[in-house]
Amino acid sequence: MTAEQIIFLIVGAVTLIAGLMVVTVRNLVHAALWLVAALFGVAIVYTLLNAGFIAVVQVVVYIGAIAILFIFAVMLTRRQAADTGASVNKNWWAGALMAAATFAGLAFLLQGWSGFSKTASAIPLGFDAVNQLGDALTSPAGYVLPFEVASVLLLAALVGAVYLAFNKK
Amino acid sequence: MNFWNDPLKVAADWLTGILTGWGMNDVAAHVLVAFLGVLVLITILMVIDIFLVWIERKVVSRFQDRIGPNRVGPFGLIQPFADIIKLMIKEDTTPDGADKVVYNIAPMLSMMSVLILWAVVPLAPVMLGVDLNIGVLFIIAAGSIGTLSIIMAGWSSNNKFSVIGAFRCVAVMVSFEIPMLATLLIPTIFSGSMGTNAIIQSQDIWFVLLSPLAALIFLIAAIAELGRAPFDLAEGESELVSGYNIEYSGMKFGMFYAGELLHAFTFGGFWSIMFFGGYRFFGLEQVSPFLAIAIILFKALVGYWIIMWVKYTVMRIRIDQMLAFNWKFLTPVAFVLVMVTALMNALLRGAGSWLYVTGMILSNIIIAWVSLEIVRSVSKKERERVEGLKAMEVAHH
Repeated sequence: MTAEQIIFLIVGAVTLIAGLMVVTVRNLVHAALWLVAALFGVAIVYTLLNAGFIAVVQVVVYIGAIAILFIFAVMLTRRQAADTGASVNKNWWAGALMAAATFAGLAFLLQGWSGFSKTASAIPLGFDAVNQLGDALTSPAGYVLPFEVASVLLLAALVGAVYLAFNKK
Repeated sequence: MNFWNDPLKVAADWLTGILTGWGMNDVAAHVLVAFLGVLVLITILMVIDIFLVWIERKVVSRFQDRIGPNRVGPFGLIQPFADIIKLMIKEDTTPDGADKVVYNIAPMLSMMSVLILWAVVPLAPVMLGVDLNIGVLFIIAAGSIGTLSIIMAGWSSNNKFSVIGAFRCVAVMVSFEIPMLATLLIPTIFSGSMGTNAIIQSQDIWFVLLSPLAALIFLIAAIAELGRAPFDLAEGESELVSGYNIEYSGMKFGMFYAGELLHAFTFGGFWSIMFFGGYRFFGLEQVSPFLAIAIILFKALVGYWIIMWVKYTVMRIRIDQMLAFNWKFLTPVAFVLVMVTALMNALLRGAGSWLYVTGMILSNIIIAWVSLEIVRSVSKKERERVEGLKAMEVAHH
C-alpha cells in the first residue's frame, strides 16, 4: 500500500463514522459538529485527488458558511437542542433496503465501466487545474451558460431572502 | 546549491540522507523530514508568539502613556515567560454543564486555524511550506475554521455571555469575509495567480501603489476578522465581561490569547504579501534567503504595529453600526473595485507600465471619492431626518 492509500482509508473511515454520528447523535449541535467533520473528510479526499480548489471551496462554503449557519440557527432556537423521540420509525428496513439497493446498483454500473480499474495517469508538470476550471467556466465553448444560470438562480434566492426579511413600514 | 542559497533543501536532503543511511524506507524518511520541518516552523512561530506578548504589552503601554513591563529582565523581556508559567500553574476549571469535549477542542482549533495559515506564507523565494495555486482562498478557508472554534467555545461554555459573544463574533466574521475575499482577488488580477509566492514574484511595483483602496479595505476586513478594536464586540469587556472565552482559565485561555496575537501578526504578514511585496525589498531578497526572512518578518511586524495602532486608538463601535458599515459600504465598494480593476486591467494590459499605474491609481481615487460622497449625502439626509423627528417631539410636548 502506498502512503496515499493509507491516508485515503483512514480519512474514508473517519468520514463514514462522522456521517453516521450526524444521524444518530441526539444533540443537534453535536450533529452539526460531526457534519463539519464529515465535510472536512470529504475535503481531504478532494485534496488526495489533486483537486485543491474544490477542497478549499468545500471548506469555505460548506464549513465556513453552511455548517456555521446550521449551528447558528440551532443555538438561536433553543438552549437544550436535544431530541428525545425514537431515532428510527417502523419503516427503517425499507430505507435500509433502498440504500443497499442504490449502493449495489452503483457498484454494478461502475464495474462495467472501463475506467473503474484503471490507475489515473500522472498529472503533467505545470498543469494548472484552477486555470483550466476558470477557462471552462467563462469560455462560450465551455460552461458559461450553466454558470450564468446558476448565478441568476442564486441572485433570485438572495432577492427572495431580502424580500422576506424586509421590514415593511 | 549550498546551504546559504537554499538552506531548507540542503538541510532536508542531509537529514533524508542520514535516515535512509540508517536503513529507513525512502518514502517514510521523506514523510518524517516533512513532519520535522512543520514541527520546526511551528516551534519558531510559538517562540515569536511569546515575544509578541511582550511587544503588544510594550506598545500598548506607550500608546497609553505608561512604561509597561520593565521589572523582569532587561526591558521586561522575561515578563512573557513569567506570564506563561503563571498561566500553566493556574487551576484548569471547567464550568458546570459545559460540553466537555467541545469545550476542550475549541482552544486547540483556535490556535490551529492560525498556525495552518503559515503553510502558504512564503518566507523567502525558496522557503515556503507549500506553493498552493489557491493560496488566497486557503486564507479564507483557515479563517472559517477559526470562526468554528469561536462558536464551539461560546456554545460549550454554558454561559450566556459567551454565547452572545460567539453570536456577535460569527456575525462579524461571516460578513467581513466577503470584502476580504473581494480585495484578495485584486492582487490575483494583477499577478494572474492565486498563489502567494507568484503574487510576491510579480510585485515589481508594490500592489499598494496600484490599488491603495484594496489595501485599506483588506486591512479593515482583517482587523474585523481578528476581532480587534474597533471591532472587538465579541469580547466587549464592558458589556460581556470577556465574550466567548469567559469561562476559560489557565493555558486554555492562553491558547485563545496567543492565537489572537499570532493571528494579528500573521495578517500583518499577509498584508505585506498581498500589497507590500512580501519578502522583496529592492533586490535584497536575492542576496540571501535569511535576508528575505528578515524582510518579511519586519514587514509583518510593521503590519502588526499598524493593527495595534488602530486597536489602541479607535473606540469600539456597536454591532448594528458595524454590520451596516460592512454590508452597505465596504462590500459594495469592494465589489465595484474588483469589477473596475478587472476592466482596467483588461484595457491597459498592453499599455506601458506608467499608463497602467496611473490608470489604476486614478480609478481607485475616483471610486473612493464617489463612495465617500454617497455616504456623506446619505448620512446628511439621515441626520436631517433624526433632527426633524427631535424637533417634532419637542413641538409635540
